[in-house]
Amino acid sequence: MELLAYILVDGLIYGAWLFIVSVGLTLVFGVLNILNLAHGSLYAIGAYAAASAVGAYFALGGDAFPLGSYVAMIGGAAIVALVLGPLLERGLLRHFYDRDHVIIVLVTYGVFLILEDVMKLIWGVTPLFVSEPYSLLGNVELGPLYYVAYDFLVIAVAILVGLVVWFTLNRTRRGKVVLAVIHDREMSQTMGVNVDRVFMVSFVAGVFLAALGGALTAPMISVSPGIGVNVIIIAFAVVIIGGLGSIEGAAIGAVFVGIARAASVHLLPEAELFIIYLVMAGVLVFRPEGLFQKTQARKI
Amino acid sequence: MSFARSVPVACVLALAVLVAIGLMLPEWAMFLTTMAFAKGMVALGIVCLMRAGLVSFGQGLYFCIGAYVSGLMANWTGITDIFLLSALGIVAAAIVAAVFGPLLATYRGIFFAMLTLSLSMILYGFLSKLSVLGGTDGLNVMAPTFLGYAPEGRALGLALYVFTCTIVVVAGGLIRVFFDSEHGLIALAIRDNELRVEYLGASVRNEIAISYVMAAILGSLGGVIAGLAIGHVDPEFSYWTTSGEFVFVAILSGYVSIGAVFISSVVLEVVRSFSNLYFPNTWQLSLGIFLLVVILLLPNGLGSLLSRLKRKKRSS
Repeated sequence: MELLAYILVDGLIYGAWLFIVSVGLTLVFGVLNILNLAHGSLYAIGAYAAASAVGAYFALGGDAFPLGSYVAMIGGAAIVALVLGPLLERGLLRHFYDRDHVIIVLVTYGVFLILEDVMKLIWGVTPLFVSEPYSLLGNVELGPLYYVAYDFLVIAVAILVGLVVWFTLNRTRRGKVVLAVIHDREMSQTMGVNVDRVFMVSFVAGVFLAALGGALTAPMISVSPGIGVNVIIIAFAVVIIGGLGSIEGAAIGAVFVGIARAASVHLLPEAELFIIYLVMAGVLVFRPEGLFQKTQARKI
Repeated sequence: MSFARSVPVACVLALAVLVAIGLMLPEWAMFLTTMAFAKGMVALGIVCLMRAGLVSFGQGLYFCIGAYVSGLMANWTGITDIFLLSALGIVAAAIVAAVFGPLLATYRGIFFAMLTLSLSMILYGFLSKLSVLGGTDGLNVMAPTFLGYAPEGRALGLALYVFTCTIVVVAGGLIRVFFDSEHGLIALAIRDNELRVEYLGASVRNEIAISYVMAAILGSLGGVIAGLAIGHVDPEFSYWTTSGEFVFVAILSGYVSIGAVFISSVVLEVVRSFSNLYFPNTWQLSLGIFLLVVILLLPNGLGSLLSRLKRKKRSS
């Protein structure tokens, strides 16, 4: 019984992190129809930017008000999104929209390769440590175990992100325009929607969410080259399980995968590395389009 | 019918040219070409699927299976004969593909890509955790023998090169014949409109399953050669970035010409080696830029360039 509780708590923490990391991917796929292989790199850049921002914050005398380092983290992610988002979408991806699906995947693979090295050029290869924000909130006692309070902050942020994205899409005018574009790009263009702008804004939002995921993770790990390579595949698994392009699906998929991984860590540690893909393969066998994807009519 | 006869002729010619070139190559270039051809085999498998409009982002799975078969067989049973190892690699890949092929054949587009990717990542996770198979360090592969002939040093490199060229040419010839056969043409039709193919009475699922098994066999052969050439295998063979490179080669070559696949593979390997040499810290960057430029400038791959040249020659 106790074990079950641990699995649940660990799974929720991991699932929350997974959701933040993968929701941007599903958003970009939903709106732009692009499976962005560079998502993991954007996550890594977010982590680096946040590490630099937090470092700068404390160097400039932030010790007096350490909680401000959270603002610095989010600011770092926002800068990444505002710089890289328009650059990638307007400067590169836009030229491939009329090409085959796979070509765009390959283009983002190229972006992934480029960004991996750009990160090394900017931040070097020595790992960065910014653990201050991680320990700021102290510990939480849950039964006989201690959890770092920051982990629960991640859960809170995940819920907040989910709500904001859901609210924006479903309850605001701009969000409904985005939904219209998802539903039928050409038709909404004829109705006077500026599809180009919807694309760019959505892509920037996707980049911000990826970078935010990285920024939140930065205090928990040593930020070093290659952290994005694994993340992308895990995020894919989550998004595929939930159904590509579905926000609710990403949330369910994240919790699903999070608990599956936590269970495997506690019960069968050997399987931890591939349990995620196993879950994904399992879901796809029974629900080929993912848990939340509506079936589409085939065009003859 | 003249075409069917011209395939063997072209194969013999290609092999003669390749071997002649090989005799002149320095050792490093021979190794590079061997590796490029081995990877080209995997990419050729992806091209088989691409003709039916599918892209597998997990051919690393079979590349890895082939490599591990050659490594494990040598370590466990002492088999080092390259022909036997290749045969075993083919059998292993065919069995695995026969299990997954029919299942995967119901998926299309991005789902096919992601499922194949997840299969290869399952193997990666599995191999990384299994200490019997060397874990993340992988294991060393003994030098191969060729029907009792056990060369060393440069002779070994040359023997492996000639073997690779032979496999490439034979496989290339067979695949060409397949592409021009009824089955191969149905694959092209699936790419255009699979529903119509079904209405015309052909089974799309069977066709895709066949292409998938063939792709698996080609991938495994490439893996056997690569494992033996490097002398070491590790789970990275099955990692998604490895598979990504194969897809790159396949896209770079397009699905028209088979020769283009191996040329693209050599081009990629050369670009990689040289950027490794001259920009050791930013070789990924140069590779990525190369990739983007190629996709921008050659929308239909290198193969389209070759066939355009051919057409020009014919018209002039």
